[in-house]
Amino acid sequence: MLKTFKKGGVHPAENKLSANAPIVTAEIPKTATIPLGQHIGAPASPIVKKGDQVKVGQVIAQSSGFVSANIHSSVSGTVAKIDDIIDATGFKKPCIIITVEGDEWLEEINRSSDIDKNLNHKSADIINKVKEAGIVGLGGATFPSHIKLSVPPGKTAEVLLINGVECEPYLTADHRLMLEKGEEMIIGTKLLMIALGVSKGAIGIENNKPDAIKHLQEIVKNYEGIEVVPLKVKYPQGGEKQLIKAVINREVPSGTLPIEVGAVVHNVGTAFAVYEAVQKNKPLLERVVTVTGKSVSNPSNFMVRIGTPTTQLIEAAGGLPQDTGKVVSGGPMMGKALSNLGVPITKGSSGVLLFKKDEASRRLIQPCIRCAKCVTVCPMGLEPYLLMNQTEMQNWEEVENNRTMDCIECGSCMYTCPADRPLLDYIRLGKSTVGNIIRSRKQ
Amino acid sequence: MSITIIYTIISLSALGVTAAIILYFVAQKFKVVEDPRIDQVEEMLPGANCGGCGFPGCRGFADALVKADDISNYNCPVSDAQAMVDIAGVLGHEATAADPKIAVVRCNGTCDNRKSVNNYDGAKTCSIEAALYAGDTGCSFGCFGHGDCVDACTFDAMYMDSKTGLPVIIDDKCVACGACVKACPKNIIELRNKGKKDRRIFVSCVNEDKGGPAKKACSVACIGCGKCVKVCPFDAITIENNLAYIDYNKCKLCRKCVVECPTNAIHELNFPPRKPVAEKTEAVIKENSTENKD
Repeated sequence: MLKTFKKGGVHPAENKLSANAPIVTAEIPKTATIPLGQHIGAPASPIVKKGDQVKVGQVIAQSSGFVSANIHSSVSGTVAKIDDIIDATGFKKPCIIITVEGDEWLEEINRSSDIDKNLNHKSADIINKVKEAGIVGLGGATFPSHIKLSVPPGKTAEVLLINGVECEPYLTADHRLMLEKGEEMIIGTKLLMIALGVSKGAIGIENNKPDAIKHLQEIVKNYEGIEVVPLKVKYPQGGEKQLIKAVINREVPSGTLPIEVGAVVHNVGTAFAVYEAVQKNKPLLERVVTVTGKSVSNPSNFMVRIGTPTTQLIEAAGGLPQDTGKVVSGGPMMGKALSNLGVPITKGSSGVLLFKKDEASRRLIQPCIRCAKCVTVCPMGLEPYLLMNQTEMQNWEEVENNRTMDCIECGSCMYTCPADRPLLDYIRLGKSTVGNIIRSRKQ
Repeated sequence: MSITIIYTIISLSALGVTAAIILYFVAQKFKVVEDPRIDQVEEMLPGANCGGCGFPGCRGFADALVKADDISNYNCPVSDAQAMVDIAGVLGHEATAADPKIAVVRCNGTCDNRKSVNNYDGAKTCSIEAALYAGDTGCSFGCFGHGDCVDACTFDAMYMDSKTGLPVIIDDKCVACGACVKACPKNIIELRNKGKKDRRIFVSCVNEDKGGPAKKACSVACIGCGKCVKVCPFDAITIENNLAYIDYNKCKLCRKCVVECPTNAIHELNFPPRKPVAEKTEAVIKENSTENKD
């Protein structure tokens, strides 16, 4: 029997339309809009100014705190301006806008596609390279990776888990990356293992990607200590805590980080970025993005420079269909709807998903029928209906006592609710309010 | 008569007397001495328990008033000014009557003035929409129109205007408890002085964008042009973050700024209609009609 996590979970229609589309390098945009806040934590502070000439790979904004990351130019050209641009949520966020001229790379970046198998690195060097390269978690959470690699004192890492689950329907970016850059990704995994000082590594992949599992199983024969673990298809297996439970059968206690049970989880995209940063000296300036949807004429996977406008990618995948009702950045379960299409691709964009009008709108909200389906599917063992009610009544103490902060916002409760209640909307509100209460209490 | 009945009566009476004696001593031991003035002050408060004073209910406020050395900073917005003076008299303090206040909605982004640029499909409450994104119009500061403020109002002093999609405050009912101010995630509602004869002038906009984007998002947005600042004879208007703000303590209700504002972002309430403006509009209409004839 295949491994999986125990509590809850759902199985939405997979719709992996672009699974067989090879990764295509997207055209370099005419202007690149690079946001300063592409990661969790403090936005980076710009070190270029208007009129400066930049090359591909040059640092244009520096990490400005403990939880922060460097940002590199993904194109070469002139800095047109540093200005506030309306982002996906409609608010203004500072961005560096670069007018592209040619494609001139920094000399120290090795652009050859030969696989560099040299594993003779020191842990501190790798962590430093990861930090310099501005690598953040590419699964979507965009947490700066170098922090995850520095194990806090008193804790020991035992095993590195690589997340190749890609449990979100529609998305195939990680799947294609594992197939096409498998060996590089495995070397990246090995580098991460050296950085953490662990001897065991496991790559969790859901069973709906048999080609990727087979391909990687062939490759890991040459690399000691790495195992490919096929997993049963179940959403949200790509959640950090769910993956740990599924692969090594350990439960991360409430309110703690995975390192508590000796595990560190990184995405396959991150492992590939680490390979490029350490072996090729190439900072994080491009990523794989899936552009898909039932109405898209040509669902594709693109290797995209950070800062490319979303519209350009939609054009490259066959243009915006007439009946598009909603464009989502990310997957259908956890992705966020874009309020305008001019927003650029950032480090955290794993996909651009187009929904038809009839797929896009929510159904009428009906009263709760007490079926407790949301409780059954919650992978964190919470009671979503209760959290929603308590949040609605602003009973913040009860919301906190019912562990709202444990919610991973996977959306399984809302997906399964037969009364179409906006459970996650309320839980998110509860999480942010309770989070503020907890923070003010600590001060 | 059975002896059982007599035994029952005697034993129960004995139990009762013993319990009464114990209870008497317990009551003596745990007696709470409460200032009788707390009850007296509570009587004088409206009993709405709205929390507008910042204390948990009227009893809590009465308790705080009695314990306070100086009650000049305490105010029950619901009672009229005289009530606070009376309470101060009971407690032996001096008090000046605070100016009555009223809630004011500082957004005029009606469906016509502020076009929607996307469709919001989530739960219909302002707090959730605010947590998700900037809203379904081009203005990221304005009213969402789901009525969190109306839900928060315990005095039935607000309603949502279905035509404009904006909340409306009923002057007679609003007691300035501040519940709507707290409920609004966009900080649109402000408590302002009620003003002489209920006359008020305020900037009905909270958009901090620069002029161009603000005007593009909403036709009645404050564009921070500063014309009102120049025209104000009392230095009551300041501009911060491209947004004008009228200090109601300095404003003398001369209405010069209302005329001057190029986007009609400054509103006047409860003033009698003024003649020159009416003539002006007529003149404009005449001009237009002559143009049409040409």
